Amino acid sequence: MLQHYNSNSMKQHTIGYRFIVLGFICLLLSISFGLIASLQYIFPNLLADRLSFQQTRPLHVFLAVNWIFACVTGIMYQYMPEVAGKQLYSPLFAKVHFGLMSLTILIATVGFSMGSFSGREYLEFPPWVTIIIIAYWVLFCINFLRTVNPKLKGAPVYIWSWSVGLIFFLITIVEAHLWLLPFFNDNIIRDVTVQWKANGSMVGAWNMLIYGTAMFAMERITGKKEIGHQKTSFAFFFLGLTNLMFNWGHHTYIVPASPVVKEVSYIISMTELILFVNIIMKWKKGLLRDANDTNPLAKRFFMSADRWILLNLALAIAISVPYINQYTHGTQITVAHAMGATIGINTTLLLASVTFIFENKLKDIGKKIIIAGLRTMNVSLLLFWASLIAAGIIRSIATQQNEYFSVMTPKLLPYLRSFSVFGVFLVIGIMAMSFTYLRVIIGADRHSVKDEIGQSVPVTSQ
Amino acid sequence: MGKVLTIIVLFSIYVIYSGWVFSPGTSSGVRMTQKAINGKNLWHSNNCQNCHQVFGLGGYMGPDLTTVTTDKSRGKLYAKAMLMNGGTRMPNFHFTENQADELVAYLDYVNNASTLQQQ
Ligand code: HEC
Ligand code: HEM
Repeated sequence: MLQHYNSNSMKQHTIGYRFIVLGFICLLLSISFGLIASLQYIFPNLLADRLSFQQTRPLHVFLAVNWIFACVTGIMYQYMPEVAGKQLYSPLFAKVHFGLMSLTILIATVGFSMGSFSGREYLEFPPWVTIIIIAYWVLFCINFLRTVNPKLKGAPVYIWSWSVGLIFFLITIVEAHLWLLPFFNDNIIRDVTVQWKANGSMVGAWNMLIYGTAMFAMERITGKKEIGHQKTSFAFFFLGLTNLMFNWGHHTYIVPASPVVKEVSYIISMTELILFVNIIMKWKKGLLRDANDTNPLAKRFFMSADRWILLNLALAIAISVPYINQYTHGTQITVAHAMGATIGINTTLLLASVTFIFENKLKDIGKKIIIAGLRTMNVSLLLFWASLIAAGIIRSIATQQNEYFSVMTPKLLPYLRSFSVFGVFLVIGIMAMSFTYLRVIIGADRHSVKDEIGQSVPVTSQ
Repeated sequence: MGKVLTIIVLFSIYVIYSGWVFSPGTSSGVRMTQKAINGKNLWHSNNCQNCHQVFGLGGYMGPDLTTVTTDKSRGKLYAKAMLMNGGTRMPNFHFTENQADELVAYLDYVNNASTLQQQ
């Protein structure tokens, strides 16, 4: 039986909403800093004294990662009681989690703006902040375990996916700080390899969380519970997990660590993502067959994520081939890979879940804005992505010819300019969707506060 | 194989593999001098990897610096001059001569480590 997602069915949903709002705030700030960063490529002196590229890049990337984490956390808090069929174990833990996460975002953002860095790629905040991150993540894990109480044996695949994502985030955030020990810090080969290992697997961990939410939403939309229990779904889940654990080495082809690392990761990388495409295709078939479609908008997002998965899959597999990697590594092709995946796949899937939760609260005009925003995002992202690849190809050729960097940069500029211009449209598309959702979510949050103090609120269910 | 068993086996392989990567898989015969260690600290506190890569790790605005100290077209003197004066996009950090030397010593250590391929 088809169900409209019933977001009024639990009273604690406000905490999920708050995380989603926090996520959107991070996203809006992140894309603003990203836009400034891209302009600084073209105008090196832009804001050089106040907000230089040294600040805008870490701000952009840190806030983008926190958009992903805050949003997926909010969606999980929203789904957990629904999956478990009971209330959240500890709303207090969830509130503390929210407070601590907001605090770390504030500390890092203020720190970066003031030019304070630990100097580690992607995790430039002071190492002690990690203690707060670990603390709130443990609270999140306890809440998940006690609410969902996963008995893995009979559990659907998304519960496995969430469990693995939660655990691996803890493992990788600790691993990313092993450099604090001289044994790691004093040997550059070990230091760099372990950083790549931790960062690569951390991306795998957040993918597990996002894929879990996507699978849950699709199960609800299609009404086909059996897919989450099928053998093939699990086979793909395990392949995904194997990739999370072992494929990170494709980042380290140029590091003179043991060749075994490269061989293992090359073999594993080649199986990458095909897994998820396959799962998605299956779900999609189910989705499309649905005549009584109650979530047409969420479906659009899922289908558009599909296309991005395919495109990024092709690029990821290509640059994981050592022969190709030697030319592409260190160029804007890697940036295309990173942003193609975090925007095209992660952000689209997160927006799909947000849409699934709030679709029935959107007015007609809101729906129109969302559709226009999604279209703008898709078209501009494609051109943004292609500009980066073009810049990367030019850079790769110039590097092979041993050109001075100051000679090659002007050759990249036309492509970096188009990257910036399409970036503006990307920002417009994302902003249009974000503000529309923020209005709906904040409105729904107020509505639910009324609900808690006992006023009657119509519950939409079918 | 059951699902729970599969996950236990995978996780055990992961733990063993990680232990191997942390130690013999990444051993290196090249040691850092105190000067290079100071240079590494400067590298991190000034967030150089925001624009530069060393072994592929880092941002993309500037060139890869893994072998800057021995490249035919660049070399130590070129690197030091850039550090002392900045460039079009490379900021001038107003380093003292000693700090610039420490950074070059670090980059030289990176270069030496990069040429020693493990077998
Ligand atoms: C805002 C980005 C940025 C930051 C931060 C930065 N650099 Fe640079 N660096 C560049 C660019 C770009 C070049 C190429 C020359 C140019 O266009 O100015 C460069 C060139 C260099 C060069 C000469 C190599 C070559 O091929 O030209 C060295 C050495 C260097 N930087 C070291 C450092 C060190 C050490 C730090 C940290 C203290 C650092 N850079 C921080 C952007 C940056
Ligand atoms: C949802 C939106 C976005 C996400 C999730 C995102 C994510 C990321 C990530 C993960 C990186 C690191 C890439 C790497 O180190 O390989 C990055 C870098 C960057 N992004 Fe974005 N991004 C987003 C939107 C944008 C927009 C709209 C712009 C510009 C208009 C932009 C400009 C940049 C720039 C300039 C860099 C630095 C590249 C470099 O190191 O030279 N991003 N982004």
